[in-house]
Amino acid sequence: MLEIILIFIIVGTVIAIETRNMLSSVIAVGAVGFGVSLMFLFLQAPDIAITQVIVEILSLIILIRTTTYADNEAIEKRLDTFANMTGLIFLGLFLAFCYWAFSDLTSFGQPLMNVSQYYLSAGLTDTGAANIVAAVILDYRAYDTLGEAIVIFTSILGAFVLLRTKGKKKTEEKDIEKVGIPE
Amino acid sequence: MLLYILNMLVFGLGLYCLIAKRHIIKKIIGMVIIEYSVNLFLILVGYRINGIAPILSPGENPIVFSQVAVDPLPQALVLTSIVIGLGTLALMAAYSIKLYEKYRTFDMSEINRLKG
Repeated sequence: MLEIILIFIIVGTVIAIETRNMLSSVIAVGAVGFGVSLMFLFLQAPDIAITQVIVEILSLIILIRTTTYADNEAIEKRLDTFANMTGLIFLGLFLAFCYWAFSDLTSFGQPLMNVSQYYLSAGLTDTGAANIVAAVILDYRAYDTLGEAIVIFTSILGAFVLLRTKGKKKTEEKDIEKVGIPE
Repeated sequence: MLLYILNMLVFGLGLYCLIAKRHIIKKIIGMVIIEYSVNLFLILVGYRINGIAPILSPGENPIVFSQVAVDPLPQALVLTSIVIGLGTLALMAAYSIKLYEKYRTFDMSEINRLKG
């Protein structure tokens, strides 16, 4: 089951990368995101699945807005065969290294749970939360969540500062009035 | 193991998109795909065979629950990581709109040529 969804994700990724039309490329990314959300649901992570759906819809809106800002034609440029072959060879090397590195991980389905075992067994009595994920986010690792909230705040502040138009224009006009337009 | 390798294939495709494509939005798409793959990998590592979601239902025995539930720690960290992904995506989109307003193109190599 999980393999089928992952193959769907891979097909969606290839379509998103290789489509000429930018709008359909963005839509394909949306399909990939919903596939990932389905995967989370089958991996017994309902909180993340819900968050992924919401974030997916919002990021789709942002990407479509950015795409339709200009004409949505892809930039035509064919890589030569040498570059394609090199890319494929390095992808294969990367996967081989992954295979070699993952042999040190515990096999799929048997996680190494040194710390999490304590969270699972004592989470209810320590924090009173039935949802252990919420207990970890908001109690055991609350400072971590605070730091991540600061990261989100900073990035949104950066986007806001980049996209504002009103304040900037006003100061520029004032400067021109002060100095006078050079003849 | 097959799941991990397929997941890393998605990562490699995203990396290819990030490096080889010239359209800025294609580069952003590659970044988003890499993000999905890393989040999915962390959840895959924490999965337990025939596990249940780490949410206690009323009347459930806590000792049995702690032996069958999946790992809650990567889920908690990925939850915030997904939302941070949305924030960085908004920042990248804002930058690309600014670049378009300045250079009137989304082509990366064209922007390099026009620089200065």
